Amino acid sequence: MEQHHGKYEYVLRIGDNALILGQRLGEWCGHGPILEEDIALTNLSLDLIGQARSLLSYAGELEGKGRDEDRIAFFRDTQQFRNVLLVEQPNGHFGDTIARQFYFDHFSWLFFDALQASNDEHLAAIAAKSLKEVTYHRRHSSEWVIRLGDGTAESHAKIQQSINDLWMFSGEMFTADDLDRSALAAGYGVNLDQIAAYWKQNVAGVLAQAGLTLPDSSWMQSGGKNGVHSEHLGFVLAEMQHLPRMYPDAQW
Amino acid sequence: MINKKNWPLFEIFIRSRQGLSHKHVGSLHAADAQMALENARDVYTRRQEGESIWVVPAEAIFSSSPDEKDSLFTPADDKIYRHPTFYDLPDAIKHM
Repeated sequence: MEQHHGKYEYVLRIGDNALILGQRLGEWCGHGPILEEDIALTNLSLDLIGQARSLLSYAGELEGKGRDEDRIAFFRDTQQFRNVLLVEQPNGHFGDTIARQFYFDHFSWLFFDALQASNDEHLAAIAAKSLKEVTYHRRHSSEWVIRLGDGTAESHAKIQQSINDLWMFSGEMFTADDLDRSALAAGYGVNLDQIAAYWKQNVAGVLAQAGLTLPDSSWMQSGGKNGVHSEHLGFVLAEMQHLPRMYPDAQW
Repeated sequence: MINKKNWPLFEIFIRSRQGLSHKHVGSLHAADAQMALENARDVYTRRQEGESIWVVPAEAIFSSSPDEKDSLFTPADDKIYRHPTFYDLPDAIKHM
């Protein structure tokens, strides 16, 4: 039972990352800097919400209390969300969104790549499917980091600032706690220490190509994985949840 | 905001799953060919339309002018014998 609960919490973390980032990207719908990018960002959003659906419905099965994906997504409060702080950060300007996406995509790609080897077949299958999507996400955000970094003096300065501002949220993705360690020991989780080194190497490579500097501060924010969130998440949830909460049995 | 005045136009060609050749599907703006490819993927292949994408800078296309329509195309009007409908095609020949 304890084992099952641990896996539920673990799957919830992965699913909440996808759900909250998907919701954030959805805010760009109709506001993209150009039509093509508007569509690109909402495509990413739909990919992420698709991942969240698979993961949260599986979390519901593991929990065994009869909650489906919608129940889990729309009827939990901030302290019950397990996403990292990075994904709930505001969209800001386009460069902020790209920097957030860049950090997350490089993490997500390594994470799902490793999760394919999970001894939980369901998780391994979700990982394999998601990896294809994230491979494109990573390419999209990396290409933008390069173009903005290597673009005009203004775009260079702005994206460097975004990269610096969000850096303090990057560490939490790789900080393994007891839950991560027990998931790894049980054979269904990912070794975060291992992918952290690759992440830094890959991110540094793209930043170098973009003519940007990798921040060197080692002070990191954390808390999201355990339900201690920034004030931003409450606003995300208010928008995302108000309709299903007003009309709990509404159907499409 | 990005200054899209400076972004060149690209013409997009997609080869569908069943298709043998790339077909023009539309155009879009992008900073360079690589970005045009990604934008085309997002704009034109969302519903499984394609297996291969070509992007071509619109300025690279040299086109016929509407003024030349008469001299270029009307001479073919009275030469229907050029159509292959007058010949029986062997069954072995596909894709005609």
